[in-house]
Amino acid sequence: MSTNQGKLKPSSSELDLDRPNIEDYLPSGASIQEPHGKLRLSDLLDISPILTEAAGAIVDDSFTRCFKSNSPEPWNWNVYLFPLWCFGVVFRYLILFPARAIVLTIGWIIFLSCFIPVHFLLKGNDALRKKLERVLVELICSFFVASWTGVVKYHGPRPSMRPKQVFVANHTSMIDFIILEQMTAFAVIMQKHPGWVGLLQSTILESVGCIWFNRSEAKDREIVAKKLREHSQGADNNPLLIFPEGTCVNNQYSVMFKKGAFELGCTVCPIAIKYNKIFVDAFWNSRKQSFTMHLLQLMTSWAVVCDVWYLEPQNLRPGETAIEFAERVRDIISVRAGLRKVPWDGYLKYSRPSPKHRERKQQSFAESVLRRLEEK
Amino acid sequence: MGNSSSMLTQYDIEEVQQHCSNAFSQQEIVSLYKRFCQLDRNGGGFVSAEEFLSVPEFAVNPLSQRVLRMVDGLNFKEFVAFLSAFSPRATLQQKIEFIFKVYDSDGNGKVTFNDMLDVLHDLTGQFISEKQRKQVLTQVLEEAGYTKDSLLVLSDFVKILGSSGLKMEVEVPVD
Repeated sequence: MSTNQGKLKPSSSELDLDRPNIEDYLPSGASIQEPHGKLRLSDLLDISPILTEAAGAIVDDSFTRCFKSNSPEPWNWNVYLFPLWCFGVVFRYLILFPARAIVLTIGWIIFLSCFIPVHFLLKGNDALRKKLERVLVELICSFFVASWTGVVKYHGPRPSMRPKQVFVANHTSMIDFIILEQMTAFAVIMQKHPGWVGLLQSTILESVGCIWFNRSEAKDREIVAKKLREHSQGADNNPLLIFPEGTCVNNQYSVMFKKGAFELGCTVCPIAIKYNKIFVDAFWNSRKQSFTMHLLQLMTSWAVVCDVWYLEPQNLRPGETAIEFAERVRDIISVRAGLRKVPWDGYLKYSRPSPKHRERKQQSFAESVLRRLEEK
Repeated sequence: MGNSSSMLTQYDIEEVQQHCSNAFSQQEIVSLYKRFCQLDRNGGGFVSAEEFLSVPEFAVNPLSQRVLRMVDGLNFKEFVAFLSAFSPRATLQQKIEFIFKVYDSDGNGKVTFNDMLDVLHDLTGQFISEKQRKQVLTQVLEEAGYTKDSLLVLSDFVKILGSSGLKMEVEVPVD
């Protein structure tokens, strides 16, 4: 995962159009009690509310909480639990892991020996080739899930393949995609990754119809929006799966949804995914681990247990903006998956907040000062 | 305390508690340490300006640069001492002293007209003109019995802010 470590750059104004009014969510100590009466020196010098907000942000802030991986509580701290735990470690690393690696290798062998012939020999017969490739991709994803001893409970009606329909889900790790893909071959929009993941993306995922984006390019947004629209209109394209948060969040919170998926003129089918943390914390903290390490961690844990809910498809209501629609769907998903909503854009991981928010605070303070100056 | 080891001993906690004049309980100090390590991503033993500014809630604050000047590069002990003004156990005097330090950027114990003007500029941005700011400040200063050339010291601040019901408290989340 290419993280932009080092200087954070201020986000371009283009990206601002995505965000609803943060002020509606933020605790604004200064504006709760609108000060009245004549302006005095103490009012100008008393910066305590703003300092309190600054200190509050230093002590705890809702954004950092979204990306905190919760390290499991050590439970192996006494005479009989510790040997049990040691036994567990030995079992996981020396028995489970090799077994899983073998299963995965077998899966890859089967997959590649079917996929490569199908891909090249059926070049002429597109419809059949696509159908077979779809089945094969579902197969390899099932093998992946088996390699983590994935226990996935699917709730709700299986999505029927219809045109003009997109699927949105909350995002915890790249394995979200694999877990959903084993049930239905979705086309997905993803950040292009380097390394072996990138190789997989450009070869196999290409066959189910994936769209790439590049976070660091500003112009990219328009190109991607166009591709999204084209894909969703096409009748025999695979249904599109979008993760509107734009980044991996730790499965306890949800960050703001980007409106791109909600202005395609399609029905939006929400999917909620919740991992059971007792077995393993599936959150992929891309700042701390590479994807390979993340997969290895999953393969040496006991199991990946999660619930997937396919929720009722939603349409844009008359008079609703794309942003309101996005927030409404985020609400539906967050309630189902037990996630707390925070008013931050996931991309703030990579860039600074725009000066607009600070300016809003400055503006309200300035107006209050000027108003009170008039009062006698 | 060493570098980014995530274990604090009882000695360490007591030392920090003493340094901040008992403004925080031992549990709060442990929570603050977890937070400090979380912010100090590169494990250098102090939180840099970049690391503070990566907290969006902090970066959008109008006074973030001033606060940053005071908190940049502090080690954990000094970090807790810095935050002690925001503890509910801190006295009004300590809170006013903190506010005074924010204004007195050159640390000479005197707050000038320009110091106050600068802070007002941070608070109001481009939404009031420089001329208007000077006007407003002069007017309220004169009404309070000072002039444009007055140099305010800490006792002046105590007099001005002492009766205004100052609330400046932050809750440290303790799990």
